[in-house]
Amino acid sequence: MKPAAFRYHAPRTEEEALAILAAVAPEDGRILAGGQSLMPTMAFRMARPAHLVDINGVAAFGLLAAEGGVLRIGPCVRHAMLGAPLVGGPLGALLGTVRRHIAHLPIRTRGTFCGSLAHADPASEWCLVSATLGAEMVLRSVGGTRRVAAAEFFQGIMTTALAADEMLVEARLPLLAEGTRSGFYEFSRRPGDFAQAMAIATFTLDGGVMSAPRLGLGGVEDRPCRLPAAEAMLDGQPPSAALFAAVAAAALPGLVPMTDDPHRLRLAETAIIRALSRAAGLPE
Amino acid sequence: MDGTTHGPDDARMAAGPGEAVGRAVTRLEDPPLVRGRGLFAADVNFPRQIHMRVVRAELAHGLLRSVDATAARALPGVVAVWTSADVAEIPSIPFRATKVQGLEPYCQPVLARDRVRYVGEPIAAVFAEDAYLAEDAADLVAVDIEPLPAVLDAAAPPAEFAPGLHTEPTIVRKGFGDVDAAFAMAHAVIELDLSVGRHSGVPLETRGAIARYDAARDLLELHGAAKKQHWNRDEIARLLGRPPSSVHLFEGHVGGGFGVRGELYPEDLLACAAALRLDRPVKWIEDRRENFLATNHSRQQRHRIRAAVDAEGRLLAIDDVFFHDQGAYVRTHGARVVDLAAGMLPGPYRLPAYRVAGHFRLTNKTPAATYRAPGRYETTFVRERLMDAIATRLAIDPIELRRRNLVATAEMPYPRPLDVLGSDVVLDSGDYAKLLDQALDRFGWKALRESIAARRASGECVGAGLAFFVEKSGLGPSDGVRITVDHTGTVELVSGAASVGQGVDTVLAQICAEALGVGYSGIRVVRGRTDRIEFGNGAHASRVTVMSGSATWQAAQAVRAMALETAAPLLQLSPEVLTIRDGIVQRKDGATEPSMTLAEIARQMGPNSPAMRGRTPGLTAEKWFWSDHMTYPYGVHCALVCIDRGTGAVKVERYLVANDIGRAINPMLVEGQIAGGFAQGLGGALYEEFRYDETGQPLSTTFADYLIPTATEMPALDVLIAEDAPSPLNPLGIKGAGEGGTNAVGAAIAAAVDDALGQPGAVTTLPILPGTVMRLLDRAAP
Amino acid sequence: MTHELHDITLVVNGRSHPIRVEARRTLADAIREECGLTGTHLGCEHGVCGACTVLLDDQPVRACLMFAVQADGRAIRTVEGLAHGDTLSPLQKAFIEQHALQCGYCTPGFLMLGTAILEQNPDIGDEELIEILSSNLCRCTGYANILRAVRAAAAAMREEGVA
Repeated sequence: MKPAAFRYHAPRTEEEALAILAAVAPEDGRILAGGQSLMPTMAFRMARPAHLVDINGVAAFGLLAAEGGVLRIGPCVRHAMLGAPLVGGPLGALLGTVRRHIAHLPIRTRGTFCGSLAHADPASEWCLVSATLGAEMVLRSVGGTRRVAAAEFFQGIMTTALAADEMLVEARLPLLAEGTRSGFYEFSRRPGDFAQAMAIATFTLDGGVMSAPRLGLGGVEDRPCRLPAAEAMLDGQPPSAALFAAVAAAALPGLVPMTDDPHRLRLAETAIIRALSRAAGLPE
Repeated sequence: MDGTTHGPDDARMAAGPGEAVGRAVTRLEDPPLVRGRGLFAADVNFPRQIHMRVVRAELAHGLLRSVDATAARALPGVVAVWTSADVAEIPSIPFRATKVQGLEPYCQPVLARDRVRYVGEPIAAVFAEDAYLAEDAADLVAVDIEPLPAVLDAAAPPAEFAPGLHTEPTIVRKGFGDVDAAFAMAHAVIELDLSVGRHSGVPLETRGAIARYDAARDLLELHGAAKKQHWNRDEIARLLGRPPSSVHLFEGHVGGGFGVRGELYPEDLLACAAALRLDRPVKWIEDRRENFLATNHSRQQRHRIRAAVDAEGRLLAIDDVFFHDQGAYVRTHGARVVDLAAGMLPGPYRLPAYRVAGHFRLTNKTPAATYRAPGRYETTFVRERLMDAIATRLAIDPIELRRRNLVATAEMPYPRPLDVLGSDVVLDSGDYAKLLDQALDRFGWKALRESIAARRASGECVGAGLAFFVEKSGLGPSDGVRITVDHTGTVELVSGAASVGQGVDTVLAQICAEALGVGYSGIRVVRGRTDRIEFGNGAHASRVTVMSGSATWQAAQAVRAMALETAAPLLQLSPEVLTIRDGIVQRKDGATEPSMTLAEIARQMGPNSPAMRGRTPGLTAEKWFWSDHMTYPYGVHCALVCIDRGTGAVKVERYLVANDIGRAINPMLVEGQIAGGFAQGLGGALYEEFRYDETGQPLSTTFADYLIPTATEMPALDVLIAEDAPSPLNPLGIKGAGEGGTNAVGAAIAAAVDDALGQPGAVTTLPILPGTVMRLLDRAAP
Repeated sequence: MTHELHDITLVVNGRSHPIRVEARRTLADAIREECGLTGTHLGCEHGVCGACTVLLDDQPVRACLMFAVQADGRAIRTVEGLAHGDTLSPLQKAFIEQHALQCGYCTPGFLMLGTAILEQNPDIGDEELIEILSSNLCRCTGYANILRAVRAAAAAMREEGVA
């Protein structure tokens, strides 16, 4: 389980990194950020990139700032940085909750948020966060910059809108309004394992009813998804166990799970109910 | 004593804790290990070594058409590439002595010849200057295989193994009594179909073999050895056509054994042959994917079992037909797991009639062999499921049902007309009913039933279950220990045992210290080396403490007697008034003078001492402990589980292992064995499984797919060590403690899950997966 | 395929090791083979078992999931650096006293993970402690004694004022 040989590039600036990527992309050149997903696949020799462009030396890629209503996340921001103490507010609280489910501490100190998005594993928590909150991705190559919404960015199992010579130079997560409540639930066989189903719910409670609800489901379909019909059922209603159960039941028929194991849909149902209950502060 | 050859000098160890024995002292093994100064296989390096990489089959079954190594050989840094033609003269890997006939044609060749039979089977070996390079070269070996249908179900009719040979090498049959008559007169017949999944030891350290040939001394050395050094040495020598004295095996630290590590595998032979032929030291370190594909699997069995009972639930007969999924080849254990399963299935119960047929079947999966509590984890699950089913059918409390059937203390030693591993089953000692009571009391069974009722009333899905088990340990026939005190007073203990990390050094040192009257911490323990002791039977089957521990006791007694006899005339006292404390021979009555140190005595007994003229010099003794019968530890497991109705996940909240092992040499280490054994049993019950797709491709080849329990999955575990039934078969009264923590976990958790679901008999398969539990929950839903 | 060699310096336990490696060489292999510090063990080489856990700039990382070239000049700590001469660290002592190891193969990884926990959050609660210790696999002990050892070390450090 030793990786195949590759040529190593260690640019110091974004321009340099993009230029190298443009040059090596046709020869299966890949970005190396945290490496926590790439390196295992290289160890099994399922990935054999001819070039690795290690972006950890690009200082600007450590960008992590709340500006203009969004949290700007650069390509070298580690999982462990998302949440308290570096990110505050309701979004920081949600990210901090989700973070604990991402692999394990020694992985979270290396792996990156943007790396998870670019990898696009359907079981990725950050992909679900991005899809649910409506993140915007900033894709850049020597040819220019594109901005892509999460809904268009995730295109299937480990498939994204990124072209071979493009880099995800920033992910922009909308900040959650003050008072926004959030709930996250994930089922995995053991903590840190790949999610078999997970859900995120956010809403505010105004006069006892939910408003601006968002509900996202991950680990079930080939990409994370928002559930707009379910959100519509929640909007303007008071939170209740009965409503949440009805919302989950209504969501199931529309899902296209990656596996034909009926258990997966049951897990989806449970994840939706529990994420909503956690957001509402109701017992599960 | 029946079945045991005790020497005339054989004193039994006094009951209760001694100076060193029975005490939870810290381990001799630990200081280098916590400093990163261990010597595991991968830590062994020799100058000029080359690295071996094995090219493995990626198809489960097929005809091997060609292996083209041209491109691999051309890669700079590659020293050699071997295919089966290069090792044609090396016979297939043998198995240890067994009464079972006809297994030879099913043994595994060192490299596949004309067929491949499982994904992971060695096809070629690459030798290169560097491990990375060796893997590059292995990728360049082109293998052409014509696929054949894969045999994946051991319970399906046998298929072709090779022309003229089918996939059932043998059926192991055992039994006694008139089974048919018992079924004819039975009040009730209970029948079950039960399966245990494929899982295995999966030690944290993968295997390794580092071979070198010392031409100056004509010695072949193999480092990274474990478990069975002497047998492996003899077989390697035989297979390579060398005298055994020209081959030596060396055990360093071993990162877990659990049955699978230290068997003789193809890679060991390849490394040794290459070291001889290529004139360079050869290093092979298995990677984790290989470990999942190539190291022994275990456990997979399907049982169709029937019980005949009377109206009170007493067993009249058991009739079991089972199918053992051996995987692709017969390995070093032969049909041992089937033999153990068949022989140990009756467990602690009085059984008038028994018939078992164990179908030993080959499939196109990784070969299987023993894993901690082999044949018992499986059959305890089966037997205890059966007892629960009988209880349900007759509406008898499952605990009461067991009580009615347990062998009574008055019946001990209880001969059962069966043999296991060629030795007659005689349950040597035990108070089964007492331990059951102690366990229920300790687990708070009565209060627990009440709290379960209350929790259920509030909507929780909780349940409790228990299982009784009988283990076996102390497999003979012999083991030897040589103890020597040198002229500095340092005690060296050389044993034919091995260590797979369980604390052998400490335990043997404690026994030696107790007998000899020295501190345990200064004793140097040597084991796992064929160059220091001529024979040894190694570390498996919970045998080390019983066999090597007893030999240690006897050797240390002999050294003690020698020391006293030598000191007595010099101190002008009779040996009877002398004792040894802290390495000093002194008066028993506590007077500190006169005295003499063991170092002084050793010098008196040196080769240049005039007093030794005409005698063999040295304050040293070697003793061999012999045993014809195994000892039978036993115990009870109790589990409390909670099921998540939304996911089907089973959480074990509390667990108790009560285990009578006769005597605990080091209670801390015994608890450690039980806790670790439990974790492995938990893995097999809920998490671990080697899965295959319909073509025989393995699906559990990473630690993300093969789920070993982590700290989170561990419940609050309580361990009750009982010493109520010392074994009469050895001077220490001990029984092995290595496997009792594992044995009944699947059985107890299955019973608890049934109880939580309110569906007796619902669990028929291990591991119990969330999806299955969810289906069962749905089945119960209105 | 290219086999370019890179001259880098690994600073392990305060000592500089100038080494020459291929880019593909993992940090774990470089620590073990090039620096000769074999206390860092390889249990899976795909980042799950944690036996190779080391501290990189005081953060626990899997040494099998980094290339050695990426650690050039960074401060690396391994199990060999825990003791001061003959004096074991409180956690090493606690591992012995609590019987937190059997075969010892996972031990260096747990010691480094535990060291990071004790340095960063010595008052860590049980739930979080179990969660973090679930990062690494042990096949021998059943974990309870490892938990006890970390707690015992935390208590010992509080008593000594080390923390």
